Amino acid sequence: MPMAKVHVQTTINGEAADFLCEPRQSLLECLRDILTLTGTKEGCNDGNCGACTVLLDGRAVTSCLVLGVEAEGRSITTIEGIAGGSGLHPLQQAFLEDAALQCGICTPGFIVAAKALLDQEPHPTEERIRRYLANNLCRCTGYDKIIRAIQHAASQMEEAKA
Amino acid sequence: MKWFDYVAPRSLGEAFQHLASHPGARFLAGGTDLLVQMRAGRKETDLVIDLKHIPELMELRDSPEGLTLGAAVPCCAIYGDSGISRAYPALAEVANLIGGTQIQSRASIGGNLANAAPSADSIPLLIALGAVCRIASAAGERTMPAEEFCTAPGVNALRSGELLVSLHIPKPGPRSAAQYLRFIPRNEMDIAVAGAGVSLVLDNGTIRSARVALSSVAPTPLFVKAAGDALAGRPAAKESLGTAAELAREAARPITDMRGTPDYRRHLCAVLTRRALEAALAKAKENN
Repeated sequence: MPMAKVHVQTTINGEAADFLCEPRQSLLECLRDILTLTGTKEGCNDGNCGACTVLLDGRAVTSCLVLGVEAEGRSITTIEGIAGGSGLHPLQQAFLEDAALQCGICTPGFIVAAKALLDQEPHPTEERIRRYLANNLCRCTGYDKIIRAIQHAASQMEEAKA
Repeated sequence: MKWFDYVAPRSLGEAFQHLASHPGARFLAGGTDLLVQMRAGRKETDLVIDLKHIPELMELRDSPEGLTLGAAVPCCAIYGDSGISRAYPALAEVANLIGGTQIQSRASIGGNLANAAPSADSIPLLIALGAVCRIASAAGERTMPAEEFCTAPGVNALRSGELLVSLHIPKPGPRSAAQYLRFIPRNEMDIAVAGAGVSLVLDNGTIRSARVALSSVAPTPLFVKAAGDALAGRPAAKESLGTAAELAREAARPITDMRGTPDYRRHLCAVLTRRALEAALAKAKENN
């Protein structure tokens, strides 16, 4: 059997990127172990906790359930690509200001998933935010501060537009 | 995970060539079941065939005859299409019920069916909607009603060399509606203790026909033909629905596990079937 690694050409955080991986390696492993983009966290490694959330062509996915080889020709956004050139993304700023994290392991996944939501729906209700983020688990905060930070960020982003 | 090779064929023909040389190959749609099972050592293969670059597997098309749903189309594409969500609201709802946002970005209804879990949320609804599976191999094609596709826990009716290409869901007529309801102790992201998928068609003041199917209460999703048949010709009123609920309770063959006891699940079958029928009845009366 040809045990050859695969050359994957993709776009990560807006820039062309390529890497060599085994077909069995998840996108999460490729990001962390090959590309050293360690902002994306490994939690459960079976799709339940959402800590490894990245955007694949703009859609939130758990990168532990995507093969690295599937990234060929696709566009990936990780937590490292959320902040713009001028500083933190409003979501990141709101998470800091509103103390929406404690241990921080779930935070990159929450912020990336919340960005996917706000990109589609700038004004989600609290219930909509909670349902959209059902695939992201936090064992520290009890979620309330996370939800409030996302609402805060949404209003900041609206003000910035006006 | 053990080593495997990966191919992403661009056509059904190319997929069948890979399958001929690797009879133990596994199909990858959204990967939300397969990758978990392979990582846990419950499934092994030397070749993963990614189905998402084959046009027939990614087809999502409504026509006067009904919906063609490619077996690898992700759930988010179903509820993300406003026309399809309007024409097949119960299907859009169930696509939005499986897992959470991230899972729905990847998981497909075809994959939910092929994985053949007794608890699969979409399968009772597919059965209730009269979905037909299009199955293909290098030798040709065949079709099969959704209720015949799952044969045991985690086992489906595909023969060696065959592939589930798509599902065909007949166009719902006027005065009809469908509904899937499940019971889970959490609000989201859980496996059904029991579930009921129903559809019905009204004819003036009576129920012309109905279909009922259950999840999580038998080795496979269960089509309860008797429950639907019992409603044919009955008045289109809530009072008619109790018989079907009782027949659903009697048809269930549940096991005991961490989610519930057989008695609890049988009770849930009756309650969920009645509530799903009530919801479908109310919607059908509005669908002129």
